[in-house]
Formats: sequence, structure tokens, C-alpha cells
Amino acid sequence: MTNAILSLDDVHLALDGNAGRVDILHGITLNVEKGETLGLVGPSGSGKSSLLMLMGGLERATHGNLLALGQDLSSMNEDALARFRRHHMGVVFQSFHLIPTMTALENVATPLELAGVGDAFDRAEDELAAVGLKDRVHHYPAQMSGGEQQRVALARAAAPRPDILLADEPTGNLDGATGEAIMDLLFGLRDRHGSTLILVTHAPELAARCDRVVQLRDGHVASDDRNREAAE
Amino acid sequence: MTMAWRIARRELRGGLRGFRVFLACLALGVAAIAAVGSVRVSIEQGLASQGATLLGGDAETRFTYRFATDEERAWMAENAVAVSEIVDFRSMAVVDRDGAVERGLTQLKAIDTVYPIYGRVTLDPPLPLAEALAGSADLPGVVMDQLLIDRLGLTLGETVRFGVQDFTLTAAIAVEPDKAADGFALGPRSIVYTQDLENSQLLQPGTLFETKYRLAMDAGIDLDAIKSAAGARFADAGMRWRDSRNGAPGIATFVDRLGAFLVLVGLAGLAVGGVGVSAAVRAYLDSKITVIATLKSLGAESRTIFAAYMMQIGVLAVLGIAIGIALGALAPVALAPILEAQLPIPAEFGVYPGPLAEAALYGALTALLFTLWPLARTENVRAASLFRDASGRGWGLPRLPYLITIAVILVALVGVASMFSGVPTLTLYAALGVLGALLLLVLAAWGIRAACRRLARAKLFRGRTILRLALGAVGGPGGEATSVVLSLGLGLTVLAAVGQIDWNLRAAIARDLPDVAPSYFVVDIQNDQLPGFMDRVDGDAGVSRVETAPMLRGIITRINDKPARDVAGDHWVIRGDRGITYSAEPTPQTNVLAGDWWPADYSGSPQISFAAEEAEEMGLTLGDTLTLNVLGRDITGTITSFREVDFSTAGIGFILSMNPGALAGAPHTHIATIYAEETSEAAILRDLAKAYPNITAIRVRDAIDQVGTLLQSIAAAITYGAAATLLTGVVVLIGAAAAGERTRVFEAAVLKTVGAVRGQVLAYFALRSVLLGLAAGSVAIFAGALGGWAVITFVMDGTYEFEPVSALLIVAGGVLVTLLAGLAFAWRPLATRPAGVLRARE
Repeated sequence: MTNAILSLDDVHLALDGNAGRVDILHGITLNVEKGETLGLVGPSGSGKSSLLMLMGGLERATHGNLLALGQDLSSMNEDALARFRRHHMGVVFQSFHLIPTMTALENVATPLELAGVGDAFDRAEDELAAVGLKDRVHHYPAQMSGGEQQRVALARAAAPRPDILLADEPTGNLDGATGEAIMDLLFGLRDRHGSTLILVTHAPELAARCDRVVQLRDGHVASDDRNREAAE
Repeated sequence: MTMAWRIARRELRGGLRGFRVFLACLALGVAAIAAVGSVRVSIEQGLASQGATLLGGDAETRFTYRFATDEERAWMAENAVAVSEIVDFRSMAVVDRDGAVERGLTQLKAIDTVYPIYGRVTLDPPLPLAEALAGSADLPGVVMDQLLIDRLGLTLGETVRFGVQDFTLTAAIAVEPDKAADGFALGPRSIVYTQDLENSQLLQPGTLFETKYRLAMDAGIDLDAIKSAAGARFADAGMRWRDSRNGAPGIATFVDRLGAFLVLVGLAGLAVGGVGVSAAVRAYLDSKITVIATLKSLGAESRTIFAAYMMQIGVLAVLGIAIGIALGALAPVALAPILEAQLPIPAEFGVYPGPLAEAALYGALTALLFTLWPLARTENVRAASLFRDASGRGWGLPRLPYLITIAVILVALVGVASMFSGVPTLTLYAALGVLGALLLLVLAAWGIRAACRRLARAKLFRGRTILRLALGAVGGPGGEATSVVLSLGLGLTVLAAVGQIDWNLRAAIARDLPDVAPSYFVVDIQNDQLPGFMDRVDGDAGVSRVETAPMLRGIITRINDKPARDVAGDHWVIRGDRGITYSAEPTPQTNVLAGDWWPADYSGSPQISFAAEEAEEMGLTLGDTLTLNVLGRDITGTITSFREVDFSTAGIGFILSMNPGALAGAPHTHIATIYAEETSEAAILRDLAKAYPNITAIRVRDAIDQVGTLLQSIAAAITYGAAATLLTGVVVLIGAAAAGERTRVFEAAVLKTVGAVRGQVLAYFALRSVLLGLAAGSVAIFAGALGGWAVITFVMDGTYEFEPVSALLIVAGGVLVTLLAGLAFAWRPLATRPAGVLRARE
């Protein structure tokens, strides 16, 4: 009996683009254990982000099965997926994707409110304090630096204490020092909440911090390695 | 400049995407003004080219209360190739069906066999007029308006009485060619031959009637010369002149004024469009920040960039104005068959360059006014914007020279509108009103955003996610709140103001007036009929009050021995004949404000007591002399007192009152007002009409209804104008919703990612629209009520009362329109999967 929190079986993804239908993922089979930190690496266009979107239920597989916490995501409709995410998943994007008309506090409180958390704002404030933005709670995204915006995005993803934390190149738009600080926060949050972390990255040093590194190439799993250093 | 043009041309290659709202706003505003102007000119053209038919002759002389003298007749015969005499007066048409009597007020036109000189009276059945008026073997004939025939329940061949003369009804009037020239009449028309009224007892000395002599002239005759000759010889004798160059001056003025007013409403529409234009330019320039910054980093100067974007906007503005002109020119021509059927006056629909040029000028000035601000701010974009996200911030205020230019354009726009409208004061007030409303709406939008921001953070709304999200979106940066509140708000404000003014005017007439107004106005009571008349009404328990006064009519021809027009201009008191009364002592209601009333036994030279308000308007002072022409005789008197005269109660009110000796010997009749219970009205009318067939009783309620109907049509015309303003507002709103679609797609994607289901996202979008509509509607009610109050209080001198029904409808309308616009653009955000959207923005 596996302890998989995410289980992908022969998953395919094809998307319609301007140039016609493009096959992105070809038969991905993968299990992610509860509490694991998994790094998804590979060259641009290899399908890393698409795989992450599939795992988050933001994209729908063309073929194959995808189970998250034992539930079949491919059989869920849009709303069921949204409800599943609100209770079990947090997502961090490279471009932060904060809602510009909301303050930092409101951005972080929104998923908590959607999940029906009673003290959403208090918890949101705590989360912002945890990422070092106690004094910036009432600022709008446009009033913050990129690093600060990404910290808000981290707080928003972590606030509902999700079972699974998905991060798509969270340091891609940041300078080295800021990126490092963000990664420390991300791993810190993951440790604090005991979430499973799946991280898409180009940076080898970030991948090195993960328990396991899956390399994709042309939509296939090219390698799946336990990271010895991290395991140790 | 060449460089700027090259940049502009390259940028324009991107097409018109993003400028649909810009073009629609400008085109709609220009089209509305061009269409109103074209219809106005079409009517004026129709009135001018058919002036002779409308007037019923190449020229017309009029006399009040009398026929032309032999000398006057001779002069007319000498100068004209044909002369037709018409007698026009109010009377009662009576139908007696074996004791069951029906009465109806009518405007009786007694004609000769020459009438009509021009045009043709069309009858139903289609008889020649002469044949219809010849009547039957026993009785002369009469033709009547269908309205009067229906009102009296008449059938062709039935007998109708005027005074004591019976007539047989032979036909209904289908077309009366000179109807428009006769102006506003309280009763529908009846036409008979003058000779048949000989035994009617209607045209007695002192009866209120008017004679008109229609003259057919030789072609090419100098009307000005003849007019001057007539004026020099007969003006002091009360002859009034009118000729075919302005056959229906009352209608021409009315059309001119209504047209001017509608153009002002159209300008409000253009201001709404201006908001949309400004928003479109701002959004366009926002999307061009990186281009501008790149150009700057490559060495382009601020003025080159300003010129490049000015040229682009200029090209688009010319396109928008051209579309508007085309629509405004073609719409009246296309709708000509429908409009001609609706209009009671002739119109020659066509493409007239004048109103189109006027609309184009308004469009160009408005486009410049509303685009200069965002364009001027391109100077504030720095090359450094390339390195950081600068959208929506750091624009700042334009430099002072631009602000001064904007102010100059604004003054020019108002100045041009004042010049073209012909009513500069009204235009100035309207401009101030629109500016005030815009300022109020800007402040309101700012306040609403601040309040929503605060409420979004309020502990009260924590947990009410959808409401908090909506409040946050309205209050947050980059929202559409300002442009929606401004554009929709201004459109709704105009509509609300029209609604408030219309309701208050109608309420004043329909609700307040009957409480103080008499039931009947009775005219043409002969001196020997007065005692019997008083006996009948005084003895009636249903009558609460009767007032009578002797009445003559006369024209003020000279003031201090100078022609009256030279002193008092075009004041309404000297425009036509006025009622004159006399009395030894002031009546109990008389309130002398200045000077002294003459002694009761005064028998010296004529003295005049004049209405105080009108005297002030005409610049009269105590001691001034007035020369009045009464029945062809000049009476010169001195103003010795000013009285308060209140016309608002519809009671007896005379501008001029004189001492009895001044008018001694002049034949006259009496006027009376009867204040009676509604239940007694019918019996009083029956008895009076039976005893005194010559008198005419005008039911005040009917007259009020007729004025109410007239007001209703004017209000309808203005409401259409306001609807055009609102339509522009809706276009801006749709534009804002369309422009916000991309943002909403993104918001929906993020919200779905953090766990919102589609129902919640939809509810959020809907609530956000409802909040904006509610805000725009509420502000519009406040601003509209403020405008309504100002017009009713200061222009109409009335008492303003807030009317809640139209106000609530306007809020509901505002909410509905924003909701529909919002939901129309909610489909894509709801249907799009988050991954695609978010990935595209990575």
C-alpha cells in the first residue's frame, strides 16, 4: 500500500494552440509521497509547468488518471476542482498573480474566507508576519517590490495550510538574493505546515534542496532520482 | 513634426482595436447634435418655403376687436392683387337634441369666398369648401375639426348653433393650410362664412375678436417696403403686420428654442462621450508606456512623442466625427416619412451643411478637451519605466501650459455653444450644470471608491467574501469605478433632472393650480347682460366666488412718445394686444406696490396702474407715458402706480388698469371668473349659455389639460434627447466592461486557483456591477434633483418637490444597465480555464 498523496498514471496532455494541437505530456506515471519535497526540472518546453498545472487541477489531462489524496481529479468539474484546491492545495506562480485591486492582507485572506475559516483576517495577518510583511498588510501589489509580492503570494498559498504546495519557478522573476530568501521562506512554510511541496525550477541549487528530483524531457520523465544529500 | 507623423503612422498600422468606444462615443454625440440641428433646419426651411401657404397670403394685417377701416381697406386693395378677410374668435358650439344640450368651446373662423388665397382646405368627405359652407336649403354650412365633432357626438347633417344662428355640419376639416400660423388655440376649429354670422349676435361691439386680412401680392414685390409703408401709416392705429418670410413666427421661435435646448442636451451627451473618449485614450496610452519609454530611451523628445500621439488621436477623432456627421445627416432623411407624418408643420428634409458643421465643431472641441489631459501626461513618462512596472502610477498632472490650453478650449466650447444656441444665458447655465455635475460625479466617484475601500477592510464584512471582494474591486486601484460613475452617472443625471423638472411642472399645473384656479373663465358678457349673469351665479350655493371686470383689448404702441419696441425691445407685453380694464377704486385683491391709485371720482387726464414685475422688466418708471391703441383710437396715459399681478392663480389679472374716464365711451364687454364646486359647473354653464348665447365660457380644467398635454410632448422630446445622452453613457459603460474583461479573466483565474467556484466568481462580478450601478444611480438622483431644484426654483419661480418614483426607476435602471454590461462580459472569465490564463501572463 503506497503512501502517495498524488498519483499519476499514464497522463497525457495536449493543448490547442494557434499552430494547431500540440502534445505536451506523453504518458507520465508518477507517485508523490506525503510530506515529500519534489523538484521538477528540465529544459524550457519540457512540460514542467504543465505537469504542475495538471497536479493542481488547473489543467485537465487529455488521457490518464490523476489521483490527489485518493480523489480522481480528472472526474471532477471546474467547481469541484476549485473546492478541492481551497481545502488541499496552495499554488505559487513565477509572476506572483496577486489580484491588483486587493491589498496584501485581502489577497491572503481570500482563500481562507473561501474555505470558510472564521478568523481569516487574523490568520492572514499572521501569515504575512511570518513572511516578514507585518508592516505592509494594507499595501496594494503595485505598491510593493517583486520580492515583496512573491512573499504575499507565498503567504496566500500557505495560509490555508494545504496538504500540497505547488510552486512554479517562484524565484524566476527575482534577483539571486531575493530568490534565496523566498526559497528559505517556502521551505520554512512547508516545514511549518508539513505540506507536500512540488517545485518547478531551473535552478540546480534549488532542486538540490528537494528530497527528490524528477527530470522531464519532451513531455516524458527522463529521470526520477532521490536526492541523496537531501535524504540524508 | 515629420518624425512625429512617421511614428503616428506606424502606430496606426495596429488598427482601430481599443478605439471602438472612442469612435462610438464621439460619433454618437456628434450624430445626436447633427440630427437635432438637421431636423431644426429642415423645419425652418419648410416654414420658410411654405411661408405664404402657412400664412394664407403673402402678407397679413391684423386688427384686434375691429374690422379694418375704409382707409385701411383701400390701402390694402391698392397694394394687393387679392384680399381675403378672416374673423377669428372663441365661441361655444351648441348642439340641442330635444332639450339634451351639448356644448363645446371652439375657435371660430369666419371667412369670405376668397379664402384660402394659398393652399387648399381639405374636407372629409372631400367636398369643395364653398359647397360645404353653402350648407342645406335652410341652413348655412359649417365644417369642424374631427376632435370637436367627436366631442359633441355630431354626425354629418346635424344642426350646430353658434350664438343664436343654426348651421348644418357638412364635413370634417382634414387639412387647414394656415393652421400653424394661427398658433395655440384652446378650442378646436370651426369654419363658417362671415356673412352667415350676421344674425348670430356674436360679433357685437366689444366682443373679443380678431380680424386678419390676407394679401396676395405680385411676385417679386418688395415686402420690406410695403411693411414699412404700412407701419408708417397704420401702426399707431393698431395694425399689425406679418408676411410670408416668417409665416408662423410662434412656431419658428418654438422650434428654434426647442432645437437649441435639445442641442444643449446633446452637448451633455457629448460630455458623457468625452468621458469615454478620455478613458479610451488613457487606456491606450497606458498600454503604450513601454513604447513611449522606448522612444524616449532612443532619444525622442517629449514634444515629438506628444505630437505623434496627438496626431493618432486626431486622425481617429476626424474619423469619429465623420461617422457622426454621416449618421446625423442621414438619419433625419431616412426617417423623413415618419417625421413628416408626426409633425403638424411642413419640413423639407435634406442634408444641410450648417448644422453638420456646427456638430463637427462641437465634436472637435470636445475631443480636444477630453484627450488633451491624458495626451499631455505622455510627457511625464520616463525612460526608466522600461525597467519597472509603471502601469497606472506616476502619471501626475499635465504641465501648466496644457492646463491653460484645456481651460481655453472649455471657454471656446461654451462660447461657441452660446453663440449657436441663441440663448447664451441658458447655455451658460447648462454648461455650468454639466461641469458642476461632472465635478460632483468625480468627487462622488472618489468618495465611493474610498468608502468601498474602507468597507472592504471593515470587520463587519469579514467572512462575507463575495461582498468584500466586490467592495475591494470597486475601491481598489485601476478599477472602472470612476469612468462608470462619470459616464453612466452623467447620462442618468440628465434623465433624472428632466424627470424632476417635468414632474414638478406638471404637478404645479395639475395639482396646485386647480385648487386656486376658477372653474370657468367667461368672456364677452355684454354690459346689459352683467346684472342677469351676476344674479344667476350669486344665487348658486355651489359658487364660492365670482369676479368680474370690464375688459377691452389694446396695443401699447408708444412709450414716452417713442415707438414701444425702441424702449422695451421684444418684451411679451408689447408683442401683441393686451387686456385693459378700468376701475374707479382698487379691487380688494389689488396690492399697490408703488405710487398712488387715482381718487374714486377722478376725471382728469388718463392714468394707468401697471403690473410691477413687467414694468421692471420693461424699464418703466412712475410718470412714464404709454400710448395705447384701443379700437383704432389712441389713448395716452401716465403711469401713476405699480401693482402686484399674480398670473399663477389663473384668476383675473390685467397688466394695464386705467381710471374709468380714460376709456369712457369705448365699447367693451366684461370678463368673469366663476369659482364653483365641480358638481355645480354643468348647470351653471347650461343656464348661462341658454340665457346669453353670445358669451363664451372656457372651462379652466380643459385649458389646463391642454397645457399639460403640450408640456408632455415637450418633455417627451427632451426625454429623447436625454436618452441619447444615456445611450452614450451605456456605450462608455460597455466600453469599460469590455476593457475590463482581460482583468476579469485574470481575476477569475486567480480566484479559481485559490478555491472559488464559478457561482462565487459570477456573484462577485454581478455584485461589483450592482454596486457601481447603485453608486452611479444614487449620485445621478442627487445631481438630477439638484439640477431640477435649480431650474424649478430659479428659472420657473416655483416650489420644488422631490419626485421619488422616477428617481427610483433611474437607480434601478442604472443597476440593471451596469449589471447587464457586467454580465455580458462575465462569460469569458467564467469559461476560461485558469492554467491558460496564468501561463500566458508568466
